[in-house]
Amino acid sequence: MMPAGHYLFLSLALFLIGAIGVVTRRNVIIVLMCIELILNAVNINLVAFSRLYGDVAGQAFALFIIADAAAEAAVGLGIIIAFFRNQETVFADEMDILKW
Amino acid sequence: MLDSVLFYFFAGIAIVCAAMMVTRRNPIHSAVFLITTLLATAGIFLQLRAEFLFGVQIILYVGGIMVLFIFVIMLVRLDAPLQELRFTFQRWVTAFVALALVLEVAVTFLLLRRLPGQGSLVLRAVPADRLPPNSEALAQSLFSSYLLPFEIVSVLLLVAMVGAVVMAKKR
Repeated sequence: MMPAGHYLFLSLALFLIGAIGVVTRRNVIIVLMCIELILNAVNINLVAFSRLYGDVAGQAFALFIIADAAAEAAVGLGIIIAFFRNQETVFADEMDILKW
Repeated sequence: MLDSVLFYFFAGIAIVCAAMMVTRRNPIHSAVFLITTLLATAGIFLQLRAEFLFGVQIILYVGGIMVLFIFVIMLVRLDAPLQELRFTFQRWVTAFVALALVLEVAVTFLLLRRLPGQGSLVLRAVPADRLPPNSEALAQSLFSSYLLPFEIVSVLLLVAMVGAVVMAKKR
């Protein structure tokens, strides 16, 4: 097996790209996709350590995270569709109807 | 040797496609690059001998979640966003987030190097041919140690399903 540090760096790179995307992109759908990328980066970490220690618990947690990502995507996209129906926009900086 | 070649192949694809995903203008292109990243991650799971997660990743992430994303991208109006601005003007927040995360990792790796005999976390992993069958081990773990979280996840999925239907419903 490769040194676990390489997996950590891969996971970190994906996490960073995802975090930067969440902060910078305007399109809310792409922000949601970046969140999926972040969750995926966490999964790489969990599976790498599960392999390193020969314990399958990390993979069980990765499975929970995947289920969580599915739930989050469903609810998030539902919110986006509802918002688009009301306000005709998917841009984060135009979503300010709670501000006054 | 083969292990490291596979790892660098999949890791390179994953990182390049993730960067492309964040920078593309068209949301559909972003979605396709994210799909490629997720497939490359599935390859890394396979290289780590997590066969069950490899299958789940492809079936659930690529087959389920990403199809949902593409549906929604096509549902909302696509032509207007194309010419508009891609990024919000939050450069300082971005720079701060990136800097904080990079610093955190640098400190972690510096501290790791101080530990005796464990530079970069080179522990001795279990040899691949002595691992238990992956799906079997995962099922054992899920249905014995993690039975309660498993049931809670099912409730969570039910709640998310009802919530998504209620929210996206026409009223």
